[in-house]
Amino acid sequence: MSSRRSRVSEEEINELISKLQSLLPEARRRGGGRASAAKLLKETCNYIRSLNREVDDLSGRLSALMATMDNNSAEAEIIRSLLRS
Amino acid sequence: MESKSSTTGNRDNPNRNLHGSKTMMASHFLRALFRIQQTSTSSSSAGRSRRIRRAAYASMAYSAGTRRAWSRALLRKLRSRARLRFPRRLSRAATPQRRDMDQAQVLRKLVPGGPSMDDCKLLEETADYIRFLTTQVRLMQTVMDSISS
Repeated sequence: MSSRRSRVSEEEINELISKLQSLLPEARRRGGGRASAAKLLKETCNYIRSLNREVDDLSGRLSALMATMDNNSAEAEIIRSLLRS
Repeated sequence: MESKSSTTGNRDNPNRNLHGSKTMMASHFLRALFRIQQTSTSSSSAGRSRRIRRAAYASMAYSAGTRRAWSRALLRKLRSRARLRFPRRLSRAATPQRRDMDQAQVLRKLVPGGPSMDDCKLLEETADYIRFLTTQVRLMQTVMDSISS
């Protein structure tokens, strides 16, 4: 395990923070330049929660769609051919 | 995007990591969907939804493999057959968060394996976790679009 303890510099934390910031969608990156670390972490938490909600929502919708498919339908064929390639 | 951190060596290039993983993720997820389709009945809609959700997180974890703490923690959870809990809402009991440290604690509960990470590792793991999560969401959207068109 490569855990590094308190030798981590301020610089490294800032770099990781800005990397994280670049992963958040535009709308969540308030204040353009340097968001405070606390704000950024909060936005990150909100973003992860919203992604979890999307997974749940898409799971429900996929489930409903699949209920309308039978095994021989064209859609099933599409999935089968995607798996073969 | 090269990371300065040298502890994980050349596995650090996020774009390289993600590309091969995307294929694995798609393949794993589609296979799972197919199995679910074959083995579920029309009356088990909620169950099917749960299985799809589980397949989503499983695809993420399997494609990331064991090189990341978050994916190792997620794989452990999956193998233990424990119920998967992924917070969607701010917990009502949460006290107002004022300082960085408090937010980091909140984040630790959202990233698999979070509690045992120091701040630096938490940020690295979070970035990787978010990349995989967004990829999985996009994959699910793509499958939806393909099936419903």
